[in-house]
Amino acid sequence: MQQTKDLAALQQFCTRIRRHIVEMITEAKSGHPGGSLSAVEILAVLYHEVMRHDPENPQWPDRDRFILGKGHAAPVLYSVMAEFGYTPVDQLHTLRRIGSIYQGHPDRRFIPALEASTGSLGLGLSVGLGMSLAARLNNSPTRVYVVLGDGEIQEGQVWEAAMFAAFHKVDNIVAIVDFNKIQLDGWVKDIMEVEPLADKWRSFGWHVITLDGHDIPAIRSAFSEASATKGKPTVLVAHTIKGKGVSFMENNPKFHGMAPTKEECAQALAELN
Amino acid sequence: MAVKTKYELKLGAATREAFGKALVELGKENQDVVVCDADLSKSTMVHWFAKEFPDRFFSCGIAEANMVAIGSGLASSGKIAFVASFSAFVLNKGFEQLRVTAAYPNVNLKVVGTHSGISIGEDGPSQMSIEDLSLACALPGFVVISPADEVSMSAFVRLAAAHVGPVFLRAGRVKVPQIYDPGQKFEIGKAITLVDGKDVTLIAHGLMVAESIRAAGILEAEGVSARVIDMPTIKPLDTDAVRIAASETGAIVVSEEHLVDGGLGVRVAQAASLSHPCVMEYVGLTDYAESGTPEAVLEKFGMTAANVAAAARRALKRK
Repeated sequence: MQQTKDLAALQQFCTRIRRHIVEMITEAKSGHPGGSLSAVEILAVLYHEVMRHDPENPQWPDRDRFILGKGHAAPVLYSVMAEFGYTPVDQLHTLRRIGSIYQGHPDRRFIPALEASTGSLGLGLSVGLGMSLAARLNNSPTRVYVVLGDGEIQEGQVWEAAMFAAFHKVDNIVAIVDFNKIQLDGWVKDIMEVEPLADKWRSFGWHVITLDGHDIPAIRSAFSEASATKGKPTVLVAHTIKGKGVSFMENNPKFHGMAPTKEECAQALAELN
Repeated sequence: MAVKTKYELKLGAATREAFGKALVELGKENQDVVVCDADLSKSTMVHWFAKEFPDRFFSCGIAEANMVAIGSGLASSGKIAFVASFSAFVLNKGFEQLRVTAAYPNVNLKVVGTHSGISIGEDGPSQMSIEDLSLACALPGFVVISPADEVSMSAFVRLAAAHVGPVFLRAGRVKVPQIYDPGQKFEIGKAITLVDGKDVTLIAHGLMVAESIRAAGILEAEGVSARVIDMPTIKPLDTDAVRIAASETGAIVVSEEHLVDGGLGVRVAQAASLSHPCVMEYVGLTDYAESGTPEAVLEKFGMTAANVAAAARRALKRK
């Protein structure tokens, strides 16, 4: 496990990740900036302070597992993994290009250190549960972290998985809902409301922690609480801002799946210092 | 191996039963074998495994999509994960999960579909699986196997477990004739010649293998020498066996309890077209069936030795 960084250092890391996200999507001329930017603090805390992982030994059997259920947010995952040395930082700009390891959505064939190939929504939590069960059978300390989109949880399979996890008392898994309120076609509340979200998870038998998904101390404390919660799975309902950190992308449905122009990129980078 | 000339075709166990028993044996030998079920354990016969190894058995409730993806997660963490349901449910409801969590990342998942084909009888078309081979074969990297009897099913459960990569294993509900003696050797991707013949080749999988053997008997009485080949592995196909059958007999009839579209027949035709094109006929389904006793359903929808023999006569006329 990584040592706890001081807050300022972690915030600087988040800014660096945001710069990667904006630059790589601009270069690719397509991709999903909004939902990548909203999940930055969650992944930063996980990879720096929570997960037991070793970039030198990515297949270590007892490692913790991370699955990006909302696979379209691949740029945030690629940027974090690259910063940790899993993959080359200087290739991030090849995102979505033919032959690149940085495929449009996470693809294990190109990056074996990825725990799952995702992109079709609603499958990640179930795959994560399989890994949790395997860890339990092996008496392994492995814990599994699955980041879900708020639009993604409209998929019925997520609730099949939610039912399963509580029924089987799977307590080595943590789901994190990146609750940024926006999906492809617009606001979640206008497409298919998911609220009351905390109540839904609670009624499915999960321990629910509601928090500000950009508040690093709150994220740290939520993951500690999740680790201490036994006998049931934990979900973090993380209230986030789509496009967080770039003023003109924040809360703007347009930037769910639209690349910034070169000018917009320059403006975004000027804000991300 | 010498080809047997006489088959008693004595009724044996259903292939689902052979699967359930083989799974328990496998579980005893290998602690990594785990099983996921979607509320059909008494029908798929994985309840025996559940009783023997409760810690390695996961009840998923009636949620096949979740079950398949959980199986993929288990397999991704080194387990030999079997997920079992009716073919109609695990392939259709789980197809997206088979594609994205097993085929595409090449995960070592074992998928077993029981109650395949129309021979389930009374339950009717919603439970009958006639598209499963087409779907399973559409998934790159999947090995697709449809054993004909209990001996071959037992062997293929072990072969599936030993194979590294995703596998779909097709089982049936009803008791089927015994074709193989215990101890028979099987290989993934290898056809087995059951009856020698020179005029026409009858290729089949599942319960149509026994019907093809019977058809060879009918044809023999008419002076036609029919070769019978069991093709338990639908994918990867034994293309050598197809080429040799096409070149030596010049006519092939493929019989299967599945839609003709997307089944073994079209795969055999493709293989023959690339090596030795020959006259071909198909015995299979073209539409959804209906309720009835298994025997009545099989007869009404053309899945009998008489249908195979008739197809062989048509092929011979066109030769």
